Amino acid sequence: MTIAFEKNGTTLTVKPEGRMDTATSPELNQRMQPELQGMNAVIMDLEKVDYVSSGGLRLLLELEQRMEECGGSLKIIHVNSYIIEVLDMTGFIDILHIE
Amino acid sequence: MKEITLPANTDSIEAVTHFVNEQLEPMSCPERTRIQLSVAIDELFGNIANYAYVPEEGQATVRVETEDNPRGIIITFIDSGTPYNPLEAKEPDTTLPARQRRIGGLGIFMVKKTMDDITYEYKDGQNILTVRKNF
Repeated sequence: MTIAFEKNGTTLTVKPEGRMDTATSPELNQRMQPELQGMNAVIMDLEKVDYVSSGGLRLLLELEQRMEECGGSLKIIHVNSYIIEVLDMTGFIDILHIE
Repeated sequence: MKEITLPANTDSIEAVTHFVNEQLEPMSCPERTRIQLSVAIDELFGNIANYAYVPEEGQATVRVETEDNPRGIIITFIDSGTPYNPLEAKEPDTTLPARQRRIGGLGIFMVKKTMDDITYEYKDGQNILTVRKNF
């Protein structure tokens, strides 16, 4: 999976490409871990993500839980209509900060 | 009716999705429906890959039928693993705050919400899960 990481002070922007699903989410999660060290704000830029399944939701939820615990923040940006639909039907639209 | 049998692991999900997309192509399936089906395949085949045979290995069969009137697709997932009816899983509480949310049951919840029909039976040592989507 192609993933772009960008750091700006203590803000990490993560921009994956393709799908965030059962097969790809574990790899995305693993590659994010070292990048998260010392960061207190994370932006998930989903402009190049086609859709998410529960595997992708798991990643977003665990990230949200982690950031809440350490007093940091998570923002999800550039979500397409298919992703919004999934976030809405699962109630994730209410627990994630989506722009 | 066409079917494909492959190893029940997450590496096979891509091949299953491709197999189903091939049947959808001549049917003018809307993009939104195609993506809902891709997510359903990911969830249902993913569950078989992660739970049906673990720690052993096994195979799973995906059967596809297409219909014209109404236009739609029927996908059946078959495995010979541990008997399990995913429709009996407790629905997740989608109103909980982030720190209380769990992922368990979310996949089948999404499939139920997006497919027009979903049925399960256990027969001759096989889990048989069928989804129907009209478009």
